[in-house]
Amino acid sequence: MFAGTRAQAVNADLRGQMQNIIEFQDVSKSFGSLQVLDDLNMHVVPGEKLALIGPSGSGKTTILRILMTLEDISAGEILLDGEPLWHEMRGGKRVRASEHHLRKMRDGVGMVFQQFNLFPHLTATENIEQPQVLTHRKSKAAAREKAAEMLSVVGLVDKRDHYPHQLSGGQQQRVAIARALAMDPKIMLFDEVTSALDPELVEEVLNVLRKLAEETDTTMLTVTHEMNFARDFADRVLFFEKGKIVEAGSPEDIFTNPKEERTRSFLRKFLTGIN
Amino acid sequence: MDAVLEYAPLLWRGTVTTVELTLASAALALVISFVVGLARLSPYRAVRWLAIVYLEFFRGTSALVQLFFMYFVLPLWGIFLPPILAGIIACGCNLGSYGSEVVRGALQSVAKQQHEAAIALNYTTYQRYRYVLIPQAIPMMLPSFGNLLIELLKLTAVTSLITINDLTYMSQIIRAQTALTLEPFLAILVIYFLISTVLIGGMKWIERRTSKGRNTIVRQGA
Repeated sequence: MFAGTRAQAVNADLRGQMQNIIEFQDVSKSFGSLQVLDDLNMHVVPGEKLALIGPSGSGKTTILRILMTLEDISAGEILLDGEPLWHEMRGGKRVRASEHHLRKMRDGVGMVFQQFNLFPHLTATENIEQPQVLTHRKSKAAAREKAAEMLSVVGLVDKRDHYPHQLSGGQQQRVAIARALAMDPKIMLFDEVTSALDPELVEEVLNVLRKLAEETDTTMLTVTHEMNFARDFADRVLFFEKGKIVEAGSPEDIFTNPKEERTRSFLRKFLTGIN
Repeated sequence: MDAVLEYAPLLWRGTVTTVELTLASAALALVISFVVGLARLSPYRAVRWLAIVYLEFFRGTSALVQLFFMYFVLPLWGIFLPPILAGIIACGCNLGSYGSEVVRGALQSVAKQQHEAAIALNYTTYQRYRYVLIPQAIPMMLPSFGNLLIELLKLTAVTSLITINDLTYMSQIIRAQTALTLEPFLAILVIYFLISTVLIGGMKWIERRTSKGRNTIVRQGA
């Protein structure tokens, strides 16, 4: 949906490289005097599965929230498929993105939240159906069919008419995943999706994500504290601290052979369960 | 008491007028509550400001004086309202100001995450309110709306002062014609109580209907 203009596409070709689906260029973000992201540069290629790990407050969740347009940026530029997310050109000038621009950009991005955030007044099916009808102007029948398909992907067909409060946390989160997937996003963001769950419900959600990572070519970014999951899920792992990337690499590099001392000490805490 | 019973038709007409006045003003108050309550949450400062002026004016001045203004003062500027219309507008505008606070409060107590979920699904601002926030806020508004409805019923008694034949007005007529004081007032006291009992029952029924199958998440903490 956020296909760049022809000129941008040609430009990318001229540079002779594969277009990054996400590109952060010198991005900073502060809340008041608190600097959350510090001159961050990173890129994601289409279809890549990325795990963002690091201590609390290191800015991982903020990255996802910025991509979902829930937070703006203080400085820098973010490109989705070559098109600026938080800026647009108007009358030859680069200006802050309007709501109209943000709506266009949002269309290719989906997010699953720590607290599920299902709509409590709608059943599981209605939760998946309504956004398709409202945002993509699909017919009710088509949206319902897609909802059924997505519920079967997450293994909850038998709960289709349940309201969120009638479902366990793990089931609610699986419905939330189905709801986001039904919008066919190019980029999926998972923000600590198991942190609010009872320990025995974590695996059912992670297994759904493992399956998705394997079977779809959607670009996925996940913020997680589940290191074993990050290892299975990710093509690339980014370790963050204080708004900066300390170390990036394959799961193998990061988990078995970390180069940075800070990465090692973070992982050590996790392995000994101190966190 | 027999003397009062003789005047039962008058009391009946008064009851009908009071109920009509209450329901018509309630409809107006409901519309105003939503318009002003939503305006309070507008991103535009001028709209918020207008809503606050409305709220403070109608909440901060006497309903009786507002009524007199509409009935006795507006004609000085060439605006003549029939008494019943003046009564409906005065009562509706007055209660609408209180209602707008109920609407605003309920909308603000819907969890912020619901807002964010709707943005993540790319809802427009209108869709966020229409399909996500308002449906969750309504069950929270109902108990307060019930209270306001009873307030409104009692408020309609002031309209007897601008010649509307409501219950209170009728009791004054009966009192003048029979020279009785206790009986007519006791009679309307009971009737007001019965009407409010029915209204409360109605609101409870609506509350039960709308809360079925739902379990709204209320914003936690401050």
